[in-house]
Amino acid sequence: MNDTTITFEIDGIEVHGREGQTIMGAADTAGIYIPRLCAFEGLPAFGSCRVCTVKVNGRFQSACTQPVAEGIMVENDTDELLEFRRNIIDMLFVEGNHYCMFCEKSGNCELQALAYRFGITAPKYPYMFPADRNVDASHKDVFIDHNRCILCARCVRASRDLDGKNVFQFVGRGPGKRIAVNSRANLADTDLEVTDKAVEVCPVGAILRKHVGYTVPIGQRTYDHEPIGSDIEANKQ
Amino acid sequence: MAKPKIATTSLAGCFGCHMSILDIDERILQLVELVDFDKSPINDIKEFTGECLVGIVEGGCANEENVRVLQDFRKHCKILISLGDCAISGGLPAMRNTIPLQECLDEAYLNGPSVHNPSGRIPNDPEIPLLLDRVYPCHEVVKMDYHLPGCPPSADTIWQALVALLTDKPMELPYDLFKYD
Amino acid sequence: MSENLERIVTAVCESFGNDRTRMMDIVRELQETQRHISDDAMDLIARQVGTYRVEVESVVSFYTFLSKKQKGNIVIRLCDDIIDRMYGFERLKQTFCDALGIEVGETTADGLITLETTPCIGMCDQAPAIMVNDEIFTELSRDAAIDIIDQLKAGVAPERLLRKLGDGNNSCPLVSAAVSNNIRRRGEVIFAPLECGRSLKKALAMSPNEVIRDVKTARLRGRGGAGFPTGMKWDFTRAATGEKKYVVCNADEGEPGTFKDRVILTERPELLIEGMAIAGYAIGAQEGIIYLRAEYAYLRPFLEDVLQKARNMNMLGSGVMGKQDFDFDIRIQMGAGAYVCGEETALISSCEGLRGDPKNRPPFPAQKGYLNCPTSVNNVETFCCVARIVDQGAGWFSQIGSKGSTGTKLLSIGGDIRRPGVYEVPFGITMREVLDMAGGENAAAVQVGGPSGQLIGPDMYDRIICYDDLATGGALMVFGPERDLLQVVEYFMDFFIEESCGYCTPCRVGNVLLKDRLDKIIHGKGEPSDLVYLEELGTSVKATSRCGLGQTSPNPILSSLKNFHALYLAKVKEDQPFQPTFDIHQALGTAKEIAGRPSMHFAE
Repeated sequence: MNDTTITFEIDGIEVHGREGQTIMGAADTAGIYIPRLCAFEGLPAFGSCRVCTVKVNGRFQSACTQPVAEGIMVENDTDELLEFRRNIIDMLFVEGNHYCMFCEKSGNCELQALAYRFGITAPKYPYMFPADRNVDASHKDVFIDHNRCILCARCVRASRDLDGKNVFQFVGRGPGKRIAVNSRANLADTDLEVTDKAVEVCPVGAILRKHVGYTVPIGQRTYDHEPIGSDIEANKQ
Repeated sequence: MAKPKIATTSLAGCFGCHMSILDIDERILQLVELVDFDKSPINDIKEFTGECLVGIVEGGCANEENVRVLQDFRKHCKILISLGDCAISGGLPAMRNTIPLQECLDEAYLNGPSVHNPSGRIPNDPEIPLLLDRVYPCHEVVKMDYHLPGCPPSADTIWQALVALLTDKPMELPYDLFKYD
Repeated sequence: MSENLERIVTAVCESFGNDRTRMMDIVRELQETQRHISDDAMDLIARQVGTYRVEVESVVSFYTFLSKKQKGNIVIRLCDDIIDRMYGFERLKQTFCDALGIEVGETTADGLITLETTPCIGMCDQAPAIMVNDEIFTELSRDAAIDIIDQLKAGVAPERLLRKLGDGNNSCPLVSAAVSNNIRRRGEVIFAPLECGRSLKKALAMSPNEVIRDVKTARLRGRGGAGFPTGMKWDFTRAATGEKKYVVCNADEGEPGTFKDRVILTERPELLIEGMAIAGYAIGAQEGIIYLRAEYAYLRPFLEDVLQKARNMNMLGSGVMGKQDFDFDIRIQMGAGAYVCGEETALISSCEGLRGDPKNRPPFPAQKGYLNCPTSVNNVETFCCVARIVDQGAGWFSQIGSKGSTGTKLLSIGGDIRRPGVYEVPFGITMREVLDMAGGENAAAVQVGGPSGQLIGPDMYDRIICYDDLATGGALMVFGPERDLLQVVEYFMDFFIEESCGYCTPCRVGNVLLKDRLDKIIHGKGEPSDLVYLEELGTSVKATSRCGLGQTSPNPILSSLKNFHALYLAKVKEDQPFQPTFDIHQALGTAKEIAGRPSMHFAE
């Protein structure tokens, strides 16, 4: 260990991180999975979904934005935090219109996979069935289904920071907040291309490529057999 | 000692969950060792003959008939299970929840691209149950005790859940059986 | 795209240096002159300042005083606050709707007048109140409302509407507002007589570190509500490295029930400016920004004038008061209707011409604030305290108040009391003493610190107003015995739903769920488990929300559950463990109407 190594604890386990690293980043390396939705490797931290909420020295923080610091005590896998995270997943399910049974993303969807990991058989909150979520199928290769959007801003960040375009941004606020595109109305009128990173990063089925749905059979999809986070947990020494 | 009884019904569903019940195949012989079937499409008993231990409900509530049946199940069953996504969330039928009822009927009977309806009338026989303003998940209408997700839940899911219930074990599904599709 | 619009947009953008960080000013000005920011205008702005159209739209769609939809030349905004609701809001709304022949949210057919409602405009001590464009009218009777409409219809401009001018500077020509100060108690800090420039002069005779040391010795804590030690904040900002540093005054007094900053801005703006200049000197900043809420736009010409006078006196500008290497000036940044911008990082976003989304912390504003430069954001009252501390000494200040909470606090008191208004009291005073002072002996409940604070009852009136007990940014809303407190709570939840920025899940979704469940209880459909649901969900939203808004938004429910539990118990049906919100008759209503026949299973 060199001088710049920062040592701290997650649930009593000693973890090492580097200056400037987030708790999530250090935890990943240590093989400790902290559930997440908006966080995505290669994109700047956003901190909106709050699924990665941990307790740092007794204070709630999002692990994707909170930097590591020497000697901090992080709680991750506690009943309290698991309950809060489950509540957030439930909120996201009832906030939109999520029809897993026919969604092309099913089996590869990170929201669904989290619900599986948390063993959610039904959300504890009533479904809102929002009526103001439309589908934009104007683009020849890509569509947006706002019913499924969880407002994680991965597309916003990827388009801006990786594609250098700025196709997506939020409009409205509060419960009326939505993803909008950089044109008067339609995705077709933007410079989005099917090869853009922004198309790939959506954790749910809100931004999908056309013509390629349902190609992977059930049983071979990402989360069919192993819970989300298993890859990170495999790093554990 | 008399065997506990099971009842099943399909509300606003497609009977796919019932097909999945039948998919337990030869295990159905073990099941009838454990339980008797009361009201159910499987045996075509139309009305409850007595109190049941378990009621299995497929589909959500889309019309007044669904509500009446569900309330009847609640009355007669000690344990109620929402079987499948429609019972749990309204499922596919709930796609109409974001559209006003009149528009739904107009689209279905008058304006839809495949509609041939020279009379221009929307069916309104007194025998047709009135639709609810939207499709309701079962647990928003009566208290449901368990939820088994899936579209449909696999036969293994149903089998494991039932066996757990009938043998007083906790109802825990292995990861592989936990699906919303 | 009309050439005319192109010319106008270009001119507006140019007047702000085609600087996209001045987006708030650009869109505000276009809203004012064009009455909306059209699709064409958004395209033009984006092109002119070199940004993306969707970035412009994201700003326009965030603030309630901006709109894509064309509004009337005159926008009447009825203050829809809980206190206004107690004092005739509904009746007044009906009067306006009837007289204008439109509903709230609509514009008259001739395109002249748009009618809207807006949350607390900071006039709780003189409810009901309205805004007519930037002009404020308070204690509005039905007749006065009709008179205003008649004048507007006759072509009188809002700024020329007849009004009875308020006391103090409210009647000075640059304010000309029908607003009263209602200063009921003057303390020795804020409302004591002022000799302009004296404290700034004293500060400049010290070293910046000495100034900060004095603020620390005085144990001054932030007056906005959070109570962070001001000296420490300044230390951090001073120590941080940055090409430039900024002082920002949070005059986005949006917490419903608060109006004390409005009175400071009217009566003690010089003290504020001195405080800001002292802050600039202490942390090494050359620029200050006053973020003024849109509802206080009527004060802007007056404040600009005060700033100009300060420049003339060399209290601002280059070489402030002869101090060779200290340049400092202040600009006013107008808000555009967003409560969340009172949160300091959201306020900074707004100053930068962005949506009022709070920022991730760390980095804190002291390290990376406005335009990524070290920034100290302080409340109006805090700056004023600083000026007095420098003038009168840290020892003098710290002897006022209580040990952990030094100095005085301005309280904005409204509701069911005989003497609503602003009270400058020393910290350490009990709620009972405050209520006696304000004529609220019969208070059944007091909302301390606005909706984000707590609701307390008579058994807690011996509690003390200070940072360690009843902490408050200054708002006290008093409710008499005849008020329905659950309706108050419901109103507050509506407010938070309306004002959430929507960035994080728990605040965006959780508050809606909390409100729905509260409604269920209020409508007599509550079951005992609903109280557990509220408690658990509220706790969850508080713990996981990203900023102060979501971290406090469940407080109305949680504090009333705790302090007024009986109100909830009276509503839930103990003997009926399952009470669905589902109502078969309501659910069948539309179908019965369409089919023209009754239900076969469920008789009425």
